Amino acid sequence: MNEKKGRFGDFGGQYVPETVMNAVNELDAAYEKYKDDPDFIEELKRYYRDYAGRPSMLYCAEKMSADLGGAKIYLKREDLNHTGSHKINNVLGQILLAKRMGKTRIIAETGAGQHGVATATACALFGLECQVYMGAEDVERQSLNVYRMELLGASVISVSEGTSTLKDAINAAMRDWAENIATTFYCIGSVMGPHPYPAMVRDFQKIISEEIRSQLMEKEGKLPDCVVACVGGGSNAMGAFYDFIGDESVRLVGAEAAGLGVDTDKHAATVAHGTMGIFHGMKSLFLQNEFGQIDPVYSISAGLDYPGIGPEHAMLHKKGRAEYVPVTDEEAVCAFEYLSRVEGIIPAIESAHAVAAALKIAPKMGKDQIMVINISGRGDKDVYSIARYRGKNVVNS
Amino acid sequence: MNRIEKTLAELKAKGEKALITFVTAGDPDLETTEKLVLEMFENGADIIEIGVPFSDPVAEGKVIQAASLRSLSNGTDLTKIFGTVENLRKKTDKPLILMMYVNTIFRFGTERFFKLCREKGIDGVIVPDLPFEERDEIRSFAEDNEIIPISLVAPTSHQRIESIASDARGFLYCVSSTGVTGTRSKFSTNFDEFFGEIKKSCKVPAMVGFGISGPEQAAKMGSYCDGVIVGSAIVKIIAEYGRDSVKKVGEFVRSLKDALK
Repeated sequence: MNEKKGRFGDFGGQYVPETVMNAVNELDAAYEKYKDDPDFIEELKRYYRDYAGRPSMLYCAEKMSADLGGAKIYLKREDLNHTGSHKINNVLGQILLAKRMGKTRIIAETGAGQHGVATATACALFGLECQVYMGAEDVERQSLNVYRMELLGASVISVSEGTSTLKDAINAAMRDWAENIATTFYCIGSVMGPHPYPAMVRDFQKIISEEIRSQLMEKEGKLPDCVVACVGGGSNAMGAFYDFIGDESVRLVGAEAAGLGVDTDKHAATVAHGTMGIFHGMKSLFLQNEFGQIDPVYSISAGLDYPGIGPEHAMLHKKGRAEYVPVTDEEAVCAFEYLSRVEGIIPAIESAHAVAAALKIAPKMGKDQIMVINISGRGDKDVYSIARYRGKNVVNS
Repeated sequence: MNRIEKTLAELKAKGEKALITFVTAGDPDLETTEKLVLEMFENGADIIEIGVPFSDPVAEGKVIQAASLRSLSNGTDLTKIFGTVENLRKKTDKPLILMMYVNTIFRFGTERFFKLCREKGIDGVIVPDLPFEERDEIRSFAEDNEIIPISLVAPTSHQRIESIASDARGFLYCVSSTGVTGTRSKFSTNFDEFFGEIKKSCKVPAMVGFGISGPEQAAKMGSYCDGVIVGSAIVKIIAEYGRDSVKKVGEFVRSLKDALK
């Protein structure tokens, strides 16, 4: 047996019950086998292109750039992917892998519902049974996505244990996996969990930064000066950062959910207030108390409402290679409205956290500098909750 | 000699099966936990696992999840649990194991944790989310303090059984089936095959746990190995009777012990 697999500096690892350890190893072996396999790569590329609609556009937000008076801003339009977010990149990769492994049943967790919808979509496409675990609170605030998943043939299980959010959905999915290990593939939606998930999900998402690089070289003939993305578990950010990690001139900024503020107990700002711990299969940063009990977290965004962060982000933070800034609910909602009005693009409330961080950073940058904001998802799903936040009564008829 | 090893050697000499029982610390409160532990020892438990409640126990079924939450909402924490262990050590010399998630140890400080285990009289730890590959996380600290980290194998372990079983100390915790803790009406595991594989490389007693609901199953499962571990069935009684559960738990443990004879 290999020792100490999947480390990112001090972080990562494989802290899972023995019952699922073999499955984790099997997955690791399958991923190692197929990740460089020309047939696998070709098939994934074909689905990215013909089904998901890749490459996603890199759009120059001229009005926004002029309005802020600083950096020239580009938006990476992951919101235009099929299913409306970056989540499809990872799901297509994992489902093609699951098929090669002979798995017939797919389970997934979801927060905002974006990963659940992407998984349900791919399962419909490939004729696989699909069960999605979702916190009861998220089922409530993202009811549109729940119905989308059901339309796609998935069953959605509402999890009312613990805090009834993403963390509890992951607990429930892990318990299901332990029970049904022979038939079931656990399609994790972020760069988290035991090895190989953090590395594998990052590999399926790194196409975002690879495309940004080539698209920007074509348009501007140079690299971006700053890349901004929102961070919950951190998959869209990891995807947007990865290809630039070696380019020291590229500033990498992750926007994490500060909820009602990092000085309150209602936030999900893991880097700002987290400490090292071991949870959900990985050693990383977590919001927890002095006895290691995982804190209840809060954000207006169901997709960022998670008490941890992927281990590779924890490493980038520790090394100082990426910086992580807190964005409150109020700032995110303002950014949601701003991008809608200024560019005619309604971002997911998750992605609006990245926009909010960009609104602060871009004005301080020079006009000759380039910033790329990863618009990880579209905001249709959030319209009702934003209206509610603003005290508007939108009739859902 | 560690109390676990000593107790198991004595049982082996007598040709008896071991009974290991579980209780979640602080459910319904730590005073009751103390009484429950003593009562279980009194009624034939050979080793007791004290569960340290965790906010997110991913290896547990609903019964122990609920017990953990009840305990945490009462304000139970590791420091207070060590206090209970200290009290218990004045009254019993039988083996005590802490069953806990790795984050509880890590966050407390691994070195500090194992020193306290030794000081207060803990003999072993079971950490369900710390697999063989990650054993170095605690191993040297445990060894320095003569605390045994108990290894686990599951029906899904297959080719891993050899490395895990041959490395095991104290006893090997054999998980009866896939899934999480909780009583089951039937098992789909082929136990002849599972224990056949285990016995090839295991040098310590093998105990079976997960899903054992009562005396009949205990006797049946015990026939495959050196003893049984019963948790959820006991926690269910505590959930129903709370502070008044002590006698009832004692009677249940007695019935398990009798069935193993």
